[in-house]
Amino acid sequence: MSMDQQAIQTRLQTAFGDQIGEWHEMKTSAYATKYGSYLDVKNVDYLRDICLFLRDEADLKFDNLMLLSTVDNGDKTLSATYHMESTTHRHVFALKVTVSVDHARVPSVTGVWTSANWHEREGWDMMGIEFVGHPDLRRILLDEDYPGHPLRKDFKVPDFYHGMKVPY
Amino acid sequence: MAETVQQRIIRNGQTMPAKVVPAEKVEPRRLKTEEMILNVGPQHPSTHGVLRLEVVLDGEMVVDCVPHLGYLHRCFEKHAEAMTYPQVIPYVDRMDYLAAMNSDHGYALAVERMLGVEVPRKVEFIRVLFAELQRIASHLVAVGTYGLDVGAFTPFLYCFRDREYILEMFEKTCGARLLYNYIWVGGLSHDIHPDVFGMCKKFIKDNRATHKQVNDLLTFNKIFVERTANIGVLRPDVAINGGASGPMLRGSGVKWDLRRDDPYSIYPELDFEVAVGTGKFGQVGDCFDRHWVRMLEWEQSLNILEQLLEKWPHEDKTDVQSAVPKRIKPVAGEIYSRTENPRGELGFYIVSKDGINPYRCKVRSPAFVNLSLLPVISRGYLVADLIAILGSVDIVLGEVDR
Repeated sequence: MSMDQQAIQTRLQTAFGDQIGEWHEMKTSAYATKYGSYLDVKNVDYLRDICLFLRDEADLKFDNLMLLSTVDNGDKTLSATYHMESTTHRHVFALKVTVSVDHARVPSVTGVWTSANWHEREGWDMMGIEFVGHPDLRRILLDEDYPGHPLRKDFKVPDFYHGMKVPY
Repeated sequence: MAETVQQRIIRNGQTMPAKVVPAEKVEPRRLKTEEMILNVGPQHPSTHGVLRLEVVLDGEMVVDCVPHLGYLHRCFEKHAEAMTYPQVIPYVDRMDYLAAMNSDHGYALAVERMLGVEVPRKVEFIRVLFAELQRIASHLVAVGTYGLDVGAFTPFLYCFRDREYILEMFEKTCGARLLYNYIWVGGLSHDIHPDVFGMCKKFIKDNRATHKQVNDLLTFNKIFVERTANIGVLRPDVAINGGASGPMLRGSGVKWDLRRDDPYSIYPELDFEVAVGTGKFGQVGDCFDRHWVRMLEWEQSLNILEQLLEKWPHEDKTDVQSAVPKRIKPVAGEIYSRTENPRGELGFYIVSKDGINPYRCKVRSPAFVNLSLLPVISRGYLVADLIAILGSVDIVLGEVDR
């Protein structure tokens, strides 16, 4: 049985109480409401437990993590968004965690969904969020010795790379 | 110190490790005396682009396989932040260069859903017609090059001959053959060329013959079956948990197609089967099943084309640019929008902060996620099988690296 997002949210609130934050809704179209709304997770440490809960409860069964994406909010905070769906119950849901730039550590969910493995490596590579507990947190697209995390808003392209002038 | 079994399990990402290992402190793999490392790529024809595989071999058996990406990274996501919404479309073309029309469609839908724009019915028809033609073109390349990977040269030539017809139709309509910038937010760059209908009818007839020919030459060839059946088996639960999509997921017997399960455009009005692998010559989810799903989808796409031509609203003379917004500036918010690409679920996660350019544009590339399952399905097979397995995943490096 498919559940609507309000019901899923209530379900999480009863299970985790204060660790859950606000619900953000996108209203421009029906599709945007379904796929653009998300629930804030207030306490980052509970993220993995919440994900396990969402994956394993019989009426939720979020067995597929569609996308793990990272955003630099521009106010010294970074966010990671988890879009998930259930192939059995056919509902979708999204979680968002926000951490400060100085302490950018988020628990890894690779043990919950294996597809998170490369997404998290990309998140570390591009945004510099350290996914704590990831089995192999190396850079994935850039060189191992690349300076900085390019998708942060304050990233400046270095003038020199390995002693070579960067031409632009 | 040799790697223990538990360490190997942890490194392969199957369970949570007991303690955190910082990235710079992961030790290089310790080899046993009988093991060796083989580098496949980045300049190797069977990797379908610039992909490097670090393969640990025990004799001829693959013990582990570590893909190294990034040779074709072109900073799409960083570029997109500096562009206005319509300016991103040519960049989207260059991600999956074998299915540029489908990528355009996905991106245009994402922005339209964000804005809440409805496009004219005629535009939807043209979009779906071209998306399905592109799907066939992409599967023709996938099937043809897969034949090359396992040693069949002839089907490749027939496939590319037919792909040429499709590219001619695209060229007639929008002037480009590979990267189109054709599907815009809210509309199209040009109206469909009237010659395309006749060409499409002829193409469907000829292509059905090619489909049969490729089946005879390749799919049911004894050598091909021996090379692909029971090789690279992906279990359905592993496939779903690992995020596989497209023919890779359906090859494992999971009936999941976004055109049916999360319908968009005019797909709900069309009648088509979702092809799944059944383990025709071996176990469900082997390389043969993935190839077979592509063959079946190719046929289904031809059926869709026939239906479209039958239902075509010829009397509708709407301007294809009538719904194109003059100024694209979505309200602050975010959206995850997904469509079915020939390789699987192509998703766009777009964050808007009330500006004329996307604040963040992240792509869920199907080939990227499918490739991340390569180590899982290649362990325990031979080196020659690894090439067959990689070919059956059907990656496009432009999309993997973005």
